[in-house]
Amino acid sequence: MLLIVCPYCGKRPELEFTYGGQAHLARPVEPAELDDQAWTDFLYMRTNIKGIYAERWRHARGCGRFFNALRDTTTDHFLSFYKTGEPMPDIAAAKASAALGNRALPENGK
Amino acid sequence: MSSRTAGGGRIDRSQPLRFTFDGNSYEGCAGDTLASGLLANGVHLVGRSFKYHRPRGILAAGSEEPNALVTVSRDAARYTPNLRATQVELYDGLIAMSQNRWPSLRHDIGRVNDLFSRFFPAGFYYKTFMWPRTAWKALYEPVIRRAAGLGSAPTRPDPDRYAQRYAHCDVLVVGAGPAGIAAALAAADGGARVMLCDEQAEFGGSLLGDVAAHIDGDDGRAWVERSIAALRLNTRVTLLARTTAFGYFPHNLIGLNERLTDHLSHPTQGQPRERLWQVRARTVVLATGAIERPLVFPGNDRPGILLAGAGQTYLNRYGVRVGTRVVIVTAADAAYQAALDLHDAGVVVAAVADVRQAPSGALPEAVRLEGIHVIPASTVLGTDGDLRVSRISLGRTDNGSVRAAQSFDCDAVLMSGGFTPSVHLFSQSRGKLEWNEKLQAFIPGRSAENERSAGACRGVFGLAEALADGATAGAAAAGAAAAPEPRASSRRFLVEAEAIGSDTYLGALPTATPPSKDKSFVDWQHDVTTKDLALATREGFQSIEHVKRYTTTGMATDQGKTSNLNAMAIVAQKLDVTLPQVGLTTFRMPYTPVTFGSFAGISRGDLFDPVRTTPTHAWAAANGAMFENVGLWKRARYFARAGENMHAAVARECLAVRNACGIFDASTLGKIEVVGADAAEFMNRLYINSWTTLGVGRSRYGILCRDDGFIYDDGVVARLSDDRFHVTTTTGGAPRVLAMMEDYRQTEWPDLKVWLTSTTEQWAVIAVQGPRARAVLESLVEGIDISAAAMPHMSVGRGLICGIPMLLFRVSFTGELGFEVNVPADFGAAVWEAIYASGQRHGMVEYGTETMHVLRAEKGYIIVGQDTDGTVTPDDAGLTWAIGKTKTDFVGKRSLQRESMKASNRKQLVGLRPRSAGVTLEEGAQVAAKPGQRPPMELIGHVTSSYASSVLGYSIALALVAGGRAKIGQTVYVPMPGGDLEVEVTSPVFYDPTGARING
Repeated sequence: MLLIVCPYCGKRPELEFTYGGQAHLARPVEPAELDDQAWTDFLYMRTNIKGIYAERWRHARGCGRFFNALRDTTTDHFLSFYKTGEPMPDIAAAKASAALGNRALPENGK
Repeated sequence: MSSRTAGGGRIDRSQPLRFTFDGNSYEGCAGDTLASGLLANGVHLVGRSFKYHRPRGILAAGSEEPNALVTVSRDAARYTPNLRATQVELYDGLIAMSQNRWPSLRHDIGRVNDLFSRFFPAGFYYKTFMWPRTAWKALYEPVIRRAAGLGSAPTRPDPDRYAQRYAHCDVLVVGAGPAGIAAALAAADGGARVMLCDEQAEFGGSLLGDVAAHIDGDDGRAWVERSIAALRLNTRVTLLARTTAFGYFPHNLIGLNERLTDHLSHPTQGQPRERLWQVRARTVVLATGAIERPLVFPGNDRPGILLAGAGQTYLNRYGVRVGTRVVIVTAADAAYQAALDLHDAGVVVAAVADVRQAPSGALPEAVRLEGIHVIPASTVLGTDGDLRVSRISLGRTDNGSVRAAQSFDCDAVLMSGGFTPSVHLFSQSRGKLEWNEKLQAFIPGRSAENERSAGACRGVFGLAEALADGATAGAAAAGAAAAPEPRASSRRFLVEAEAIGSDTYLGALPTATPPSKDKSFVDWQHDVTTKDLALATREGFQSIEHVKRYTTTGMATDQGKTSNLNAMAIVAQKLDVTLPQVGLTTFRMPYTPVTFGSFAGISRGDLFDPVRTTPTHAWAAANGAMFENVGLWKRARYFARAGENMHAAVARECLAVRNACGIFDASTLGKIEVVGADAAEFMNRLYINSWTTLGVGRSRYGILCRDDGFIYDDGVVARLSDDRFHVTTTTGGAPRVLAMMEDYRQTEWPDLKVWLTSTTEQWAVIAVQGPRARAVLESLVEGIDISAAAMPHMSVGRGLICGIPMLLFRVSFTGELGFEVNVPADFGAAVWEAIYASGQRHGMVEYGTETMHVLRAEKGYIIVGQDTDGTVTPDDAGLTWAIGKTKTDFVGKRSLQRESMKASNRKQLVGLRPRSAGVTLEEGAQVAAKPGQRPPMELIGHVTSSYASSVLGYSIALALVAGGRAKIGQTVYVPMPGGDLEVEVTSPVFYDPTGARING
């Protein structure tokens, strides 16, 4: 069971959260202007990364808020948690920060 | 000479235990396992192999045992198959049975499979037993399933209790052999909170079977006792014996399965049988040791052929001689210690046949000094003996060729191919394994979690080295923890033990046996031979994942603990690649089987799922309600009066509602308050309807689509004030509608001033429906005018009922004049009873969900999730009228513009009326345009709802039919096993199409 750090509530077990899919997908402001293919891509196409992935979580059994996370899909380690609306952190910087032990999960540092 | 030695071992000869195996009575000692107890009685035949039903004996002494699978039963309900006899602790009165044999272990007719084995190679079921096609299901499969196998499943519910708990610690040490104990001592020295677990009843691991080792001046086993005693005194240390770490989960969560009572003759009543631990450890130290590898040669599976270390363990730990005249075949040094120990115990060691060309070193020398014949450059040509090995025929390897050499009479063979480091948990943690060419083994490389391995499990085999390795790991693990006063471990260990080389052997021994006669076993439990692996590669399987699945090697309950490496080596040789190029299959939890009970814990029976009840539940239960589950809710489905079945009760309830009035609990429907200055704008963007045009005090039937354009949920939405909407949802949909709303509110439109509150459980909802509904409520309400003029259909107002604050909706799901009384939930039961009492003189009748379903179907009202399935658009359901036409955008609008969403042959909601009286269609039945078809039929739709209607006098159905609206009036067909049913396509509104009654 993953340990997830809600930016509002702190570190909580995965049971308290629901997964929110790929992060930083903004609903088009004028859907009518998109052709069918572009609209289909928005609805269904997602990246599938073996590596650092930006995704959403919702603290459904807690504060109820959505937030974002950077997770390495090969190890399930989180690099970073950040609030809705904040920009995605620079991945290289987040990796370096994690390697130094300043990870989102301090107890997992070596 | 008795199999039990007069002294020595860690068993207690003063405590004899009686046990039975296959109905035969035996005596063992306290401290025995079932395996050692059987061997002490000279019993070697313990099972029949999976496919060929070959006689099998005990191979190992630990959890890696592949052959000795037994069923242990305390009573009819406490019955566990497929236990490894090597792990079953003996207790007085234990009853055990062998498996997979009939009529008996000694005379098993399944043996015929062995005689016809050439017809049953790996994957035979992909090639044979194919004709005729019908025979597979009726004949071949059942026979094949019965013929192959493990134990039988218990037939009674498990009466035992299983506990669960969570724990946190700084350092979890898995494995209490020398490396693990050293790690635990060092970590405890460092001030860490330590947990130490081991799958065995006793701590000590490899030291328990070793009489030669000395640590810090003590016999190895005494050192174990001292160390454990010291750890037990430390309040920051938790010791868990009989506890298997079965799974390594992300973020250092380890699953432990602790066995509490299976070793007890009389467990205390109510004591949990097992305990599941979920341990979140800051650091994990894996000290899981290594498992000895068997040698692969023809006839290597006869009873009496064991791993060398097992022979040594049975002697030194259990005081059991596995034979009187033993031949040892080895490619590694460790087996020589077994030779010495057995020799000292009076066993004749006829020879040590070494695979190596020139074995040298302290141990081989010591064996030669005892006068034991050591034969280098050896291989094995075969063995003899039916229910017990009786003879072994050696060969001599000479520059690649094999010639016959000596044969020896014997009643036991001990073999050793070296040791495989146990990397199961490391691998589960997604750490990267590395191939070590010198050790010829996969050992842990880069960790993926906060974990380190120590000792034999990472290829550090010598005792002194393993102790030092464990101490280093434990100290480092404690250092990584935020311990209050970390002290560096200054432990050193003074070790006296023979140095062991790291020679090892992988794959099949050189052989001169023709392949067709060669029964060399690689995977004992699944009866996989070298022939099978060769067959797989010949047939083109090159990936080890394919070879594994095709041959089933490594897929039995032992998960290839004694077979994986040999299998890979054989495959590598056949494909002419290196072993690391062949690759490893994935290690999965559990390490050894875990009971379902452990995982279930208390989540059984009444505690399996929470039960949600409505405010009127007690009243309903007292008044004949038959309940149904709607999600986690209990809802009254119908109210049975004397002698009624559901059909009769529903027929009565429906007529009563339409002729007089009915009362119904609708509390389970979801309710969400959407509040704020931008509430209307928010609703407008989300639901398909126009909300800005909805006046205060009015309500509208709302439909929510997802952006893919398909109906997601529906419900009546009321505007209580400019900035407050009361949104209702389906019973099952409430949580997901709120989740969807929050998603848009928080992440798409965060600048809208709107807040959402779930009020599902705050309001009891009592529906009063029927021509007498207003009359019933008039005498009870205050402060609100509920006349037809003041309160038209689809309006809402506030008032009091029986003095209780009330939100009153004029709304109907039945098609009759109707109201829904909302009061705070705590008053629901009392208000229900008041309305019910008042309603009696009006002929009021209580009704349940089944009647509710029938009445709404008569009006063509959909139920989302029953008449829709996530692929139905508003237009498909005939609800285009609900779309707010002037809205430039709403969730789903763009998708509805796609051509395919407007196609005329889309499945559309229609009614179906069977042409024959007395026929009620089945929900889910398919619809065809043409009758008399044979499969595969051309189908045009399916029945979504179907009921007998007492009101109409005939059965009705709703269905989704391609181009359905254009087919109204036509005949279509519902193919059923008994023939096609003719049905007429109708409008989905069967009753009161003009709506005169609902507007009354």
